[in-house]
Amino acid sequence: MSEEAIKKRNERYNKYVNTVSPKTAATKSLLKAFAIGGLTCVIGQFIADMLALAFPQMEVQMIANLTSMILVTTAIIITGFGWYDVIARQGGAGSFLPITGFANAMASASIEYKTEGLILGTSVKMFTVVGPVIVNGILWSTVAGILRYVIWVIFL
Amino acid sequence: MRTKVLHESEDCSFVSQIKKTKPMPVIKKEHTQTMFFNNKPKVVSGMSVAGKKESLGILGDYFDVVQDDPKWGEKSFEKGEVKFLSTSISGAIAKAGLVEKDIDLLLAGDLLNQLVSSSYVARDLKMAYLGLYSACSTLTESLAIGASLVNAGYYNTVACATCSHFATAERQYRYPLEYGCQRPPYAQWTATAAGCSIIAKDGRGPTITHATVGKVVDFGISDLNNMGAAMAPAAVDTFLTVMEDTEYGPGDFDLILTGDLGKVGSDIFRDLMRERGYELGQNYHDCGTMLYDVEQGCYSGGSGAGCSAVVFNSFVLNRLNSGKLKKVLLMATGALMSPTSSYQGDTIPAISHAVILESNYKEEN
Repeated sequence: MSEEAIKKRNERYNKYVNTVSPKTAATKSLLKAFAIGGLTCVIGQFIADMLALAFPQMEVQMIANLTSMILVTTAIIITGFGWYDVIARQGGAGSFLPITGFANAMASASIEYKTEGLILGTSVKMFTVVGPVIVNGILWSTVAGILRYVIWVIFL
Repeated sequence: MRTKVLHESEDCSFVSQIKKTKPMPVIKKEHTQTMFFNNKPKVVSGMSVAGKKESLGILGDYFDVVQDDPKWGEKSFEKGEVKFLSTSISGAIAKAGLVEKDIDLLLAGDLLNQLVSSSYVARDLKMAYLGLYSACSTLTESLAIGASLVNAGYYNTVACATCSHFATAERQYRYPLEYGCQRPPYAQWTATAAGCSIIAKDGRGPTITHATVGKVVDFGISDLNNMGAAMAPAAVDTFLTVMEDTEYGPGDFDLILTGDLGKVGSDIFRDLMRERGYELGQNYHDCGTMLYDVEQGCYSGGSGAGCSAVVFNSFVLNRLNSGKLKKVLLMATGALMSPTSSYQGDTIPAISHAVILESNYKEEN
């Protein structure tokens, strides 16, 4: 078969496969993601409010930091018990978008690669899933910072 | 009896082609992909070792050994997989009434890089060993090569084994086990299973009459989660080749079994065959859809080299030995990509190897 004929056949086959492959039920998944993601945030807010009640003199920034730490630790513990992926199967983006998802990604990789030792296994492979998150986070915040500075210089 | 390809347009009007053709004598054209085994190599025993999830499926009672612990008491999943495979090989040898010394050659393969599971099992068994890789079609690749070596008289007794493991496959191809990710509904579940067949010149068991080595087929699927869609065209290509070379038709087989196309893949296989003028009836099944129960939440079904191995070496061999199935066409399918090739933008090529088995069961046995 000629190259063109092969391309056309592949395109036709891909279109056909798209029609017969079952699609994720959009509404149900969206609602579940919303529920679980929202619940995570509600729990976070609850922790922050409890901290504010318990330590009225604490600064806002400190409360925020402590809340994040508590959420991350809880996510890691849940990952360790093997429950996080069960929740995430329902929660989807509601599970991997919040900071708990980041914690789960790093924790799961650490657990997985423990068998290759602490240095060549855990330390190397810990960032396999979250690498892009860290790189892009640093990269784009730097770009944003530079842009802000440039705009400040231009208009002042 | 060669049926021409009707047309390749959008409307798939089909013609029912289930004719009862008489099995032709073993003729050999020049240049066939199919090997005709005149010396009748036989599958004298088969052993199936499965994990917990597989044992809860509809074929659970047929498996010889079920191991609930995926690590089999070892320190890692990889070491556990070695145990799954070695148990299946020693079990098959024992079931055939043989000892390790009697096995002339071990043909084994698995899904891991550098075929580590098979190599480490071969190290412990100290047998002449050929490692094979064709992803999830390793079962039929090993049976085809094993049968041809026994048929030609180079080796008298050959062990053909393969295995896969959910945890090791996830680590190599996808994400860490505890990572919270969602799979699309057409994804498949890698089976934790191992199977071994012993092929010998003499003995009791079904005969392997033909084996067809497949060609690599790529219809441009790049979605790593949709293995069934990637592999179905390879199964079609091999099935058409089998029919052309042997002059059998779909109606000549009591069972046509593909390896792990899954629910979506087997529906696509039916559609593609229908487009080419063949309507597959109730005699077509897929190991992937047979392995897990619908309630087990395994999306489109099972996959992995061990999926077809464990279904064949338990249920299918059982039925062949009891005469309930007389002629079986087994076509395991494999997807030949690697994570690297996928990330580099390459599509997924696939292959399917086929073997035909005939029961030797006699009423008076």
